[in-house]
Amino acid sequence: MHDRKVVRRRRAVLGLLVACALILLTAYFGEGAGGGLHAIQRGALAVFSPVENVASGAVKPFRDLFGWVGDTFHAKGQNKTLRKEVDGLRLQVAQLSGDLRTSKQLDKITALDGRAGLAQYKPISARVVIANPNVWYSTVNINRGTGDGVHVNDPVIDGDGLVGIVTKTVSDAAQVLLITDAQSGVSARLADPAGIPGFVQTATPGDPNDLLMQRIPRGATPRVGEMVVTAGVQSAKFPSNFPSDIPIGTVTKVDPNELDTSQQIHIRPYANMHNLDVVQVLTQPSSRSAGP
Amino acid sequence: MSQFNVQLGVRLVVLALVMVLLQLMFFAQVQVFGTIADLSPLVVMAVGLLCGPVTGAAMGFAIGLIIDTALLQTMGLTSLVLIGVGYWTGRLREVRDPQSTFAPLALGAGAAAIATVGYGIGQFLLGAVHPLSWLLLKQTLATIVLDALLAIPVTALVRRWLTPVLPEDPRRRRRRAYTTGGLSPLQKA
Repeated sequence: MHDRKVVRRRRAVLGLLVACALILLTAYFGEGAGGGLHAIQRGALAVFSPVENVASGAVKPFRDLFGWVGDTFHAKGQNKTLRKEVDGLRLQVAQLSGDLRTSKQLDKITALDGRAGLAQYKPISARVVIANPNVWYSTVNINRGTGDGVHVNDPVIDGDGLVGIVTKTVSDAAQVLLITDAQSGVSARLADPAGIPGFVQTATPGDPNDLLMQRIPRGATPRVGEMVVTAGVQSAKFPSNFPSDIPIGTVTKVDPNELDTSQQIHIRPYANMHNLDVVQVLTQPSSRSAGP
Repeated sequence: MSQFNVQLGVRLVVLALVMVLLQLMFFAQVQVFGTIADLSPLVVMAVGLLCGPVTGAAMGFAIGLIIDTALLQTMGLTSLVLIGVGYWTGRLREVRDPQSTFAPLALGAGAAAIATVGYGIGQFLLGAVHPLSWLLLKQTLATIVLDALLAIPVTALVRRWLTPVLPEDPRRRRRRAYTTGGLSPLQKA
């Protein structure tokens, strides 16, 4: 069997490793964002991001193949639901085209306000190179950083809608906190003429398809299927830099009881947070502020 | 405990780096059964099983550190959890020496359970704003099941990668002798 020396040595190594981990944990948790361990992480990110970039590109075909197989099964299931939605939307379009004619006057006025194109926010394209594998953090790393003009708090979008906000940057990489993270929050409004305001946060952390739009004013009547967009205003808790009118998601559930008691409705984000590939960082949003 | 040698050390470093790269670039972005496979506890478990508790714990510490650094997470937490996984499987090898073909399945489930639950507890202790939900439980269970299924090929690959440089283990030598037609000391008597 094992002699005492071996057992003592084994326990000593274990104790040393545990002590190192605890010291790291305590030091990291206790220091600020500018502390030494944070700096090491940023340094490592800066050094390894080119490697990550190349490796991510190399495994992308395999990822896509795997994603394609999954998507095929998923698409089959979605087909039925989407057909129903299309029927409903056809009716809506017919109704809206009537409304459109009568609201031409209003259109002229809103055109004056100028729903500015995203070009003015100096968007730059970036590729997602790392996605976080656990339910506790909803973050991705992208291959653009301060060298490309990316700053902390810059909004990030993809072809479908809002994705998140930049939380950490180094010269050629950045970390993006997704809107599905528990720490994330966005001032929003419904994209209907009433523009019912609210505040979008995750409903169930880890579930990329369920967000809550909270603080809906009492008496408001949101409807399933309505689009939710960024409001472009900041709140004290989440000083967002999001320009207005970026699509966030669509209303999926309006429970009268929930609306009455908790003033909230459920929405599904347009962006597929589990399959982000190319995103855009709006490097010059309307205003800048401190971290989220 | 196995004797440390340079070749083994090099192979462990390569294994850790390849595992982390694969995990972050591929597995973290591919959903299976609505969840994401986590290779880190499986690789640490396999190393613990092959090399013993000290190497397993050290591998757990190193992989945890790389993951926390790469993902800009709270440093030390993943290491702490994976040290537990590596040490546990290493001790299991010393005490029980599980040899069944399906042992990695059970050990993979155990390693994944320790990693996910331990990480969750750590997050709560650090004050994570994350309500306990049905989804969290479902994802934890799905990850454990998926990891258990992946444990067999992962263990086989790690075994294939490390066996050529592992120090000769008397128990392994004895087993090999019996299974290839040799007689046990009892039979010889």
